[in-house]
Amino acid sequence: MNWALALPEIVLALCGMAILLLGVLRRGDTTALCGWAVLAAFVLAAALVATGADGHAYHDMFIVDAFARFAKLLILTGAALACLLAMDWNRREGIARFEFPVLALFATVGMMLMVSASSFMSLYLGLELQSLSLYVMAAFARDDVRSSEAGLKYFVLGALASGLLLYGISLVYGFSGGLDFAGVAQAVASPELASPGFIVGVMFVVVGLAFKISAVPFHMWAPDVYQGAPTPVTAFFGTAPKVAAMALLLRVLGVPFVHVPWIPVVMLMSIGSMLLGSFGAIAQTNIKRLMAYSSIGHVGYALIGLAAGTVDGVRGVLIYLVTYVFMNIGSFAVIAAMRRRGRAVENIVDLAGLGRTDPGLALALAVFMFSMAGIPPLAGFFGKLYVFLAAVQRGQWTLAVIGVLTSVIGAVYYLRVIKVMYFDAPGEPFEARATATSVLVFGCALFTALFFLFPSAIVASADAAARSLF
Amino acid sequence: MVVPLGAYLTVAAIVLVIGIFGIFINRKNVIVILMSVELILLAVNLNLVAFSAALQDLAGQVMAMFVLTVAAAEAAIGLAILVVYFRNRGSIEVEDVTLMKG
Repeated sequence: MNWALALPEIVLALCGMAILLLGVLRRGDTTALCGWAVLAAFVLAAALVATGADGHAYHDMFIVDAFARFAKLLILTGAALACLLAMDWNRREGIARFEFPVLALFATVGMMLMVSASSFMSLYLGLELQSLSLYVMAAFARDDVRSSEAGLKYFVLGALASGLLLYGISLVYGFSGGLDFAGVAQAVASPELASPGFIVGVMFVVVGLAFKISAVPFHMWAPDVYQGAPTPVTAFFGTAPKVAAMALLLRVLGVPFVHVPWIPVVMLMSIGSMLLGSFGAIAQTNIKRLMAYSSIGHVGYALIGLAAGTVDGVRGVLIYLVTYVFMNIGSFAVIAAMRRRGRAVENIVDLAGLGRTDPGLALALAVFMFSMAGIPPLAGFFGKLYVFLAAVQRGQWTLAVIGVLTSVIGAVYYLRVIKVMYFDAPGEPFEARATATSVLVFGCALFTALFFLFPSAIVASADAAARSLF
Repeated sequence: MVVPLGAYLTVAAIVLVIGIFGIFINRKNVIVILMSVELILLAVNLNLVAFSAALQDLAGQVMAMFVLTVAAAEAAIGLAILVVYFRNRGSIEVEDVTLMKG
């Protein structure tokens, strides 16, 4: 048995426990120390992921392939950037505790297990390790009523989703006779072999995972949780767990359920998410809520690639996720920089006149908004391009046309943010921001703006990752 | 007398439906929601154990053990979040969990 395949996860989990002990046992304030230690652990894990071998381990419960590696690197990137954002924010908000980075680390271990799962048992354990950490993170500002309400809502709906997923797993197990992905795929080797009980199980599993990626019609938790949770936590929710759940959905639909006709279901979820994402966001005044609807829309676009069900489609999803992680972290870094008189402000009107009071920040946010609207040559355009291409190649014109139309509608609210920044009368300038926040804002803005210079490396590795799934 | 598999699955399905309705119809108290979540997990465990016995395969029982463990952790975290929420809001009525809307 090749246990070393799980070395990144093992090392990361051990680091997490060591950092937890360090935080508890060492005298004095250990928050900053633990934060940097967790970032170092992420870098170490990323190095181990990048240099690790491929293969199966633990009685086929764990698989490492190009797809898992790609997703893990993306997850580690998102988690590290969100933790970096959290350090300064938590200090200013007075919620700086060393448990925060440790929780993020354990959530990340769970996500890495999810994308490497090759059995429903490891899938469930990874998913729960991630979810349990995320519930606590959502309620982390424990003296803030909105944060605890976000935590409560996320917990209730997340637990319901896990329960439904688990019920689906139990049916799939019963009607196919096994828990490992390859065995299930073998037992149901053609659509005729899928018994009604099995199909019901598949539906429950898809519903559970759709909750986790907040696809319509299981999106209702997202706006409240995004708004209520502390901003770095929202940045974290929007990136790493989304990537992990989307990768998990790709693998589950692509390997054990490959012979189940799930494409119409994914198409419906995709269309619903795109429509709700663009129409729901128009009336929002809170920028974090706006980002929640925007993320629902982005999930819809990413699902277009999944609905294509081809190598090109999966490649499109992966490229989309890469661009989305950087746009999202960057936007939330800007939102985290929105502070006046020691308090966070998060209404869109608070951005008024930012183009004059802080041109750099305004320019960066404009880049993110244009990119999310899908305007070339920014990164978001390439993400959309590859998923639309895959849909067109499969002849799914409906999806592609609805995708383009909702992009245009979505541009309305992205452009509104830009209009408020550049054409409204300026308000009081924001407080000076921390260096880390500036680095995140401008680093992500540069990545988003200059993505068109170096897409081939990312496209090539996404392509290899997508091929390893089929 | 051997109880057929279908009987176990029916009971589990009924428990699942009670659990889901407990979450959505319940207008009173968040504690009831936590209990409903436990009901859903109970239904899952019934299913897993029944299938495990019917298939003569141990994986289902191992999974049931994991589900029990995770359910305990989940309940602990849920109650902790509920306590934090109660401290801030002074109420755990479901109708009061509506600070954010839209």
